[in-house]
Amino acid sequence: MTTAVPPKGTGPLAKREARLAWGLLFPTIFSVAMVIILPLLSIFWISIKPIGLADLRPPVPVVREQLRGKPAAAGDTATIEYRLRNSSQDTLIEGVTLSDSFPPGVTVTGEIPEGCKQTGTEFFCDFGTIDPKYNNRMKIEVEVGQEYFDWGGHPKDSEPVVTGTADFILTNGEFTLDNFRRVFDGSEFWSVFGVTLAYTVFGTIGAIVVGLFAALLLNNEFRGQGVLRGLYLFPYVAPVIAVAFTWVTLFDPTSGSANELLIRMGVTQEGINFFGQKPLALIMVIVFEIWRYFPLSFLFILARLQSIDTDMYEAADMDGASPFQKFWYLSMPMLLGILSVVFLLRFIWTFNKFDDIFLLTGGNAGTRTLTVNVYEQAFAVSNIGAGAAVAVVVFGCLLVFSIFFFKFISREEGL
Amino acid sequence: MKALRKGSVVGPVIGILWLFVIATTVAVMMSFITGAAFRPGLIGTLLVGLGLGLAAFRLNDRWALIGAGAVATFLLMMVGFGPVLTGEGVTFIHKLLCALFVGIGAGWPLQAMLGGHTISEMTRHEFEEVIISFLTGFGYVFFTAIVIIPFYVMVMTSLKSQQALLQNPLDFTLDWDKGWGLFRSYQELFTDFGFGGYLWTSFFISVVTVFVTLLFSVPGAYAVARLRFKGAAAFSRSILLIYMVPMIVVALPIYIVFSMTGLRNSLFGLILIYPVTTIPVSLYMLQGYFRGLPAEVEEAGLMDGLSRLAVIWKITLPLSLPALASVSLYVFMIAWNEFLLAFMLLDDPSKFTLTRGVASLNSSEVPRQHLMAGAVIATVPIMVLFLGLEKFMTKGLTAGSVKG
Repeated sequence: MTTAVPPKGTGPLAKREARLAWGLLFPTIFSVAMVIILPLLSIFWISIKPIGLADLRPPVPVVREQLRGKPAAAGDTATIEYRLRNSSQDTLIEGVTLSDSFPPGVTVTGEIPEGCKQTGTEFFCDFGTIDPKYNNRMKIEVEVGQEYFDWGGHPKDSEPVVTGTADFILTNGEFTLDNFRRVFDGSEFWSVFGVTLAYTVFGTIGAIVVGLFAALLLNNEFRGQGVLRGLYLFPYVAPVIAVAFTWVTLFDPTSGSANELLIRMGVTQEGINFFGQKPLALIMVIVFEIWRYFPLSFLFILARLQSIDTDMYEAADMDGASPFQKFWYLSMPMLLGILSVVFLLRFIWTFNKFDDIFLLTGGNAGTRTLTVNVYEQAFAVSNIGAGAAVAVVVFGCLLVFSIFFFKFISREEGL
Repeated sequence: MKALRKGSVVGPVIGILWLFVIATTVAVMMSFITGAAFRPGLIGTLLVGLGLGLAAFRLNDRWALIGAGAVATFLLMMVGFGPVLTGEGVTFIHKLLCALFVGIGAGWPLQAMLGGHTISEMTRHEFEEVIISFLTGFGYVFFTAIVIIPFYVMVMTSLKSQQALLQNPLDFTLDWDKGWGLFRSYQELFTDFGFGGYLWTSFFISVVTVFVTLLFSVPGAYAVARLRFKGAAAFSRSILLIYMVPMIVVALPIYIVFSMTGLRNSLFGLILIYPVTTIPVSLYMLQGYFRGLPAEVEEAGLMDGLSRLAVIWKITLPLSLPALASVSLYVFMIAWNEFLLAFMLLDDPSKFTLTRGVASLNSSEVPRQHLMAGAVIATVPIMVLFLGLEKFMTKGLTAGSVKG
């Protein structure tokens, strides 16, 4: 039988199929573009902006309207008061206008303030430019007629509308390289980078080695194998917040069970501050990473182990290979592919990991990785621009990794 | 090298090493259960390990070995040289239990490791088998311990009171007299901290995320798996690239935009974001499954006049129910466990998800057992789902565990 050869060029049917395909893919592409790609690109823009956490609210004019004087009967006088202020402490707002409509039956008796005019019940003011910290009251004397009481509403029912444009830091033409200067300044960056590398490399390798060990254990057929496999997945399936806080409780320097156990066993005299001392905290964080993610690599490796043909081992048995030889010369080469895939994926994911360290140590005691630094700069130091600059560095590292990743992963089919 | 392979050398060495493993395990276990002081003792470990290691060749009955181990341990403990040393306040019953555990834990596996081998020279094959069975036994003990201990501590701490914990952090014995009072932390979380609402919010958000994810990814996966168009291969590959984007990097601009548009502190905002983080993984998993389905059935449907969408709805989806279950579970798990975005975007306690609610308990004013009770509340639903549907979950994890 000959295989069908697709016709050359794109016919109308093929075109329709392609259109349908893109149509079906559109929701995915659109949402991913909006939520992942767009923010990713905007990081570059933010990183060259001098922007802090406080600058996030664009400056706006704020107005409050009040009717003073409590008019009780027709002919009473009252005062309508507008209080206008600039919400920003350091930015001026241009072209500020106010428009409002008076309640029916209200006639202005006093002076109309400068820049304002009244047409019927409509009231309009033009303030021009208002300064930072601007805060001013404007009073209008009015007389209340019978119509007002018939109306029965409240003067606040018609909200005054204010407009005005201000210079917003994210959209103006002000740029700076200070963020990057701050990030790369001094030795801090290199220590953060070193911690990130140590965390990523040891966390990844550790999780794979431990996972390989677990997979070899569970590759034996025995009763209760399913139960154990489920149990060993617990660390990965449980919410990170639950297990991270459990570890913090378990290793607490004063009231932690682990310390108490070590003291009773005579290993140490007083409580060890597992998550608060310099080299130890990093080691603990890596151990946590291994503990939490070994299930993942063990699942992958176990799946591969179980798909290896048993004939090979029987042949090896006939040839008198010892168990270690079988593992080293038969299983390992078969596992090498999956191991390298798991390594690359875990490497990138460990590099990206934020929650675990943030919850365990908050990035203190020499455990601040690049991703924790993004948060630290943006929210703890309240300098969003600097946070974005660190994010750009993270992004750059990942770009390098992905090139590696694609070179290797394309060789490993099936993933 | 050959001298080392003698049974008379291998037996005692394995025996001693194994006894060390068992003595430590029993000591840790007894400490965690009773709160009293237990620790492995060197002399007892050496003596009992040596004895059992040699006896395992002769005694072919595991019960005899268990009995011998237990009796020897108990006698040595009485004179103060046991494999497990005890501190003050350890009752006689506990010592007896201790000896029994050491006996069972040492006798049975040692019989399995060494029984049937010769005491004289072993072949390389035999020798390696002994080593492997030792490592296997160690592996089971080790993994079970490291997985169970944190979860045990989590559950038990949530049932204790602050004073009891400070007095003896190891003492996890429960005060049964309290009855329902044991669950006071849980009760307070639900009445005073609004955890009932958080539970509902988390559930609602996770379910919506699952539905939106499937709604978006099923057509996409079908297109990549079945339809021919330029860029299909490139697309299915680059979708993997989305995994490599760290959430914290994306979260920063999202935070800015949400702050400016007022979407921060709204569940709607979370629902806009959550599905997008899971759509790529779901699309990738589903397209793999769709490829495995026979195309002939769908072609038959097309011939009979169904449109493509009708084919997906009436033929492809019913055939891929197991895959949909795996994907749904996996997506549910991701959404349920999500912490970073909920933490950054929600400040209003009335809108917290469960993970955000637990994070808010981590302050010095809230007692530890409340925090642990919160952790248990967050863990139990996902564990119940996981244990009930383990097969689907494992499949989903293997296929989707590209995402960490």
